[in-house]
Amino acid sequence: MTNIRTDAARNRVQPKLRRRAIIAVVCVCALCVGIVCSIVLGSRKVSFSDVSGAFFHAAPETIGEAVVQKRIVRTVFGILAGASLGMSGALMQAITRNPLADPGILGVNTGAALFVVAGIAFLGISSPYQYIALALCGSFVSAVFVYAVGSIGGKGATPIKLALAGAATSAVLSSLVSAIMLPRTAVMDAFRFWQVGGIGGTTWNNMRAMAPFLIGGATLGICSASSLNALALGDDVAAGLGVRVGRARVIGAAAGVILCGATTALAGPISFLGLLTPHLVRLAVGIDQRWVISLSAIGGAIVLIFSDVVGRLVGSPGELEAGIVTAFIGAPVLIVVAARSKAHEI
Amino acid sequence: MTTLTLIEEERKRAFRHNAVVHTALFAAVITFCLLEMSLGENRYPISVILRVLSGEQIEGASFVIGDLRLPRMLAGLLVGSAFGVSGAVFQSMLRNPLASPDIIGVSSGSTAAAVFCILVLRRSGTSVSLAAIIAGIASAALIYALSRGGKFSGGRLILVGIGVGAIFNSIVSYLLLRANQYDVPGAMRWISGSLNGVVKAEIMPSAVAAVILFPMILFAEKRLKIIELGEDIATALGMRANRTRLFLVISTVCLIAISTSVTGPVAFVAFLSGPISKRMTGRGAPSLPAAALTGAALTMGSDLVGQFAFGTRFPVGVITGIIGAPYLLFLLIKINKSGGSA
Repeated sequence: MTNIRTDAARNRVQPKLRRRAIIAVVCVCALCVGIVCSIVLGSRKVSFSDVSGAFFHAAPETIGEAVVQKRIVRTVFGILAGASLGMSGALMQAITRNPLADPGILGVNTGAALFVVAGIAFLGISSPYQYIALALCGSFVSAVFVYAVGSIGGKGATPIKLALAGAATSAVLSSLVSAIMLPRTAVMDAFRFWQVGGIGGTTWNNMRAMAPFLIGGATLGICSASSLNALALGDDVAAGLGVRVGRARVIGAAAGVILCGATTALAGPISFLGLLTPHLVRLAVGIDQRWVISLSAIGGAIVLIFSDVVGRLVGSPGELEAGIVTAFIGAPVLIVVAARSKAHEI
Repeated sequence: MTTLTLIEEERKRAFRHNAVVHTALFAAVITFCLLEMSLGENRYPISVILRVLSGEQIEGASFVIGDLRLPRMLAGLLVGSAFGVSGAVFQSMLRNPLASPDIIGVSSGSTAAAVFCILVLRRSGTSVSLAAIIAGIASAALIYALSRGGKFSGGRLILVGIGVGAIFNSIVSYLLLRANQYDVPGAMRWISGSLNGVVKAEIMPSAVAAVILFPMILFAEKRLKIIELGEDIATALGMRANRTRLFLVISTVCLIAISTSVTGPVAFVAFLSGPISKRMTGRGAPSLPAAALTGAALTMGSDLVGQFAFGTRFPVGVITGIIGAPYLLFLLIKINKSGGSA
């Protein structure tokens, strides 16, 4: 009797596990394909010897090798930025129990951008550490503000309230960003990417500065996954299961804000990536946060890398910032979520 | 005193109040019009402005006022009142202060079409307006269709609108990036709206639309007020609500689209004008003329502030954005506190 029951239980669990494992492998393969595309494709055609040369020569010997080395930098940065934004979106959706939570919609990205632009204009900051510190302050302030405005009133932070509070806050902040940047035309062109978000134009040094924050944020995020699973059942049930609800929320939120703040500091606001990725991942692997959060990182990297490649091909001979591409493919997800939701849930 | 006389008194009071508000708004608009033409690098007194407008040739002044400042003033006046009226109509019709065309993404469709025509197809004038109109109506229809499922919900409409708006905005960014002379001031016009560099020829479609559509929309105002009472009451009163709604949507979208193709989507003017004029005129449905005057005053006032209040010249959209977004937040907090769903 017991055997039959455990077998049945195992049958229910095993295929899922197998399926999830297959999906994880597929994701990793897709990421590899993305990396290859990102290195090979672009405005300039490169030969195979350029690619191999770029990996083995410290200093580039041909223009092709120099191009490939630049692409390697942006590919690595794309992976890091995409992974942290995807994970940040998954964390925020889990904590707020809100399908529309996303660093872009919550106005976190614009908050970071405003602080950094203000720092460049008024404080003359230049080192990546200063960028990241200011961006983290900005994202933290705007995240708290938007969530506070969105959760005033009866039913707590419903999707529509959060989305509107975020949209309004973003509008104020981006008007302020324009107001700061417009008089400074000379600086403006260099920091134009703050308004769209892209992964070109970074350096190994910047990434080294960003890495500790990403590692810290990702560790916190993955550690909080199982308590977020309990949180999904509702605060009371979670408390009954022995989860410290308040602490779990704060840790998860801190991880989400650190991840997207540090990324925005160097990439500018990349919108809708954090919204899109967890929804796709949940479709594939179900609602277990441990899987959702870790696969959202891989998924975010895949989406951002491919968006960047598409942006380079479509925008050739220049390039289209990855942030524009992610908005174009991510916004339909918002529409689908909104269109499927029941009237009383909004 | 009988109830009847009380009502009579109240009506008279409301009428007087309305008359005062409309006169004050009108005076504000006229003042802003004159200021737009008089202020600048060279200041001109009213007498010079009037002489130029009456057709007299004055060296320097004729060019500056006639060719530079007059088009700017007219653009502010026409576009501002068009946004004001359309915002108020949408808000009344959907019975939701958040449902103005700039928030629910209708304007962004027009912007994308206008930018495409101007930058890619190198058109100007009527064909741009036509494309903007078609795109505006199409995006309004798209948003409506996507948000229909099940019971109609204003919240869902707004969310879908935000999403549709984001798609169109990314198209606009793409087009701006592909354009040859990607210069920042030009781009600002299509991102948040600006009156810079408007020329006479561009204003014509906007003026024609205003002359034709304003009277038609004002004529429908009474029926709009009945629609605002709700679907059931409107039907009970013998109104064909759907026909009126269709007419109002098409005419206001035309106004928005043509205005957008002239100045770009001036941020939040459509959203702000209705509530502000409603607050001024007091209880009841907003008056559309008051909303139009408020829109014009808001646009020109913000343009003046943007031009002269700071060391640098800011486009009007940046100023209206800074004014408008806090109001949106305030409104959200108010709605949330009262417990109503948006």
